[in-house]
This record gives sequence, structure tokens and C-alpha cells, in this order.
Amino acid sequence: MNYLWAFVVGGLICVVGQLLIDYTSLSPARILTGYVVGGVILSAAGLYKPLVDLAGAGASVPLLGFGHLLAQGVRQAVDQCGLPGIFTGGLTAASGGIAASLLFALLAALVGKSRDQN
Amino acid sequence: MKLNPKEYAHMVSRASPPSPAVRDCLWAFFVGGGICLVGEGLRQFFLYWYDASLAGTLTSIGLILLSAIFTTLGWYQKLAAKAGAGTLVPITGFANSVVSPAIEFKAEGWVTGVGAKIFGIAGPVIAYGTAASALWGLLYWLQGKVG
Repeated sequence: MNYLWAFVVGGLICVVGQLLIDYTSLSPARILTGYVVGGVILSAAGLYKPLVDLAGAGASVPLLGFGHLLAQGVRQAVDQCGLPGIFTGGLTAASGGIAASLLFALLAALVGKSRDQN
Repeated sequence: MKLNPKEYAHMVSRASPPSPAVRDCLWAFFVGGGICLVGEGLRQFFLYWYDASLAGTLTSIGLILLSAIFTTLGWYQKLAAKAGAGTLVPITGFANSVVSPAIEFKAEGWVTGVGAKIFGIAGPVIAYGTAASALWGLLYWLQGKVG
């Protein structure tokens, strides 16, 4: 069941993004930024945690889940150390994904060759 | 043959192929869902050894590594041409947006080329995501003080 929900929920979140591409003139950068901020808002409203519990990676892998991770991290850090947590919690929780993206990008630049986008 | 605009629109819709939007959405659904399915497989694997939080982080790192490899080989871009948001919205799309310019702008040097351009999309994503989460943290902290 885990896998089915991961597939269906993840797929539907992507369909919403596709509708934004097809029916608005939003660029990919704006859509990704919107998804992360949307994830923070959904998480703050308490709506995203139930979806992660249901769908696992189906909810945490789309960028909405990245926003949820930031919001959850800030919340936990504020619980632990009060106000300074609003600065430390978000990026601490998201650090693995950000660091991995940057490191693998630098490695890719070392070994990769530029090619036509077709 | 005289047609009013409504009849003409009806004829056009019957003669044209099924909406590209429907086809785009099917691609986005199956490819995006498929990437999440791979993610769930990785997550269940990591859950054998680690707690949910670390397993989630390792899942992201695993998908980012796969995306970096596919992007370096030029395969991710080919899939993205068909799958649209299906390859954009998952964390693999974020990774692609970092890795792709890293390769592309090597010619402009390692600092102002690679080092700067990898943040073209990741920069706004991280900046506004962090700002939104800090704002929420402030509200949450105030709520704790008042309530």
C-alpha cells in the first residue's frame, strides 16, 4: 500500500505542476520556488504531515516536501532553543539535500561534457 | 456553408487531436509518480537501519545522486522534454537545475561560471523557502509566548 500511495500522491502533485506549466506562463524557477513556499505554508497549517504519513516518499520527494522539511526543522528548533531556532532550524533540516546537490554538481562539472539540449 | 462561431469551435475541437494538456498530464503523472515510487523503495531500504528522519534525508541524497548521473549522461533532459513537471517537481528536478548549469557553464570558469550559475534556480528556491520557514518560525514562537 505504501508504494501505491507514494506513486499516486507523487504523480498527482506533479500533475498540478504540469497544469501550472500548460495554463500559466510561470517559468520552472517560479514553479519550484512556489512549491517550496507552498510546502512551508501547508506544513505550517498542519496539512502536510498527514500526507507524508500516508504517502511517504510520494509527499516528501516533490519540492512541497522540501518546504515541509524547512518548516518542520524550524518548528523543532524553536521548541528546543526558542527564537534563534528560526534561523537555524530550516537549513539544518534541509542541509543533506542542499549539500548533496552542490557536491554532485561540482563533481559533474569535473567529469561532464556540455552537450546540445536536444 | 454558414457557421456561427459556436458550431465552428465545435468542428475545430472534433478535428483536432486530443488536447496536449491531457497528454502532458499523463506523462507528468506516470514519470513523477515513478520517481516517487523509486524514492519510496529507497526509503524502505534505509528504514531498515535508520530512523525516519535520516532515512528521508538519505532518500533525497540517493535520488539527487541518480539525477546527477542521469543529467551528466544527458538522459534527464531527454526525459524532461516529455515528462515536463513530472521531472521538474520532484527533488530530482531541483538536482537537475543545479547539476545542469554546473556542466554547461564550465567554460566561464569555476567561480563566476560553475560556482555562481549552479544557484540560478536553487538560489531563489533556498532563499524564499528559508524566508518562509523563518516567518513561520516567528509566528510559531509568538504563538507559544501568547498561548
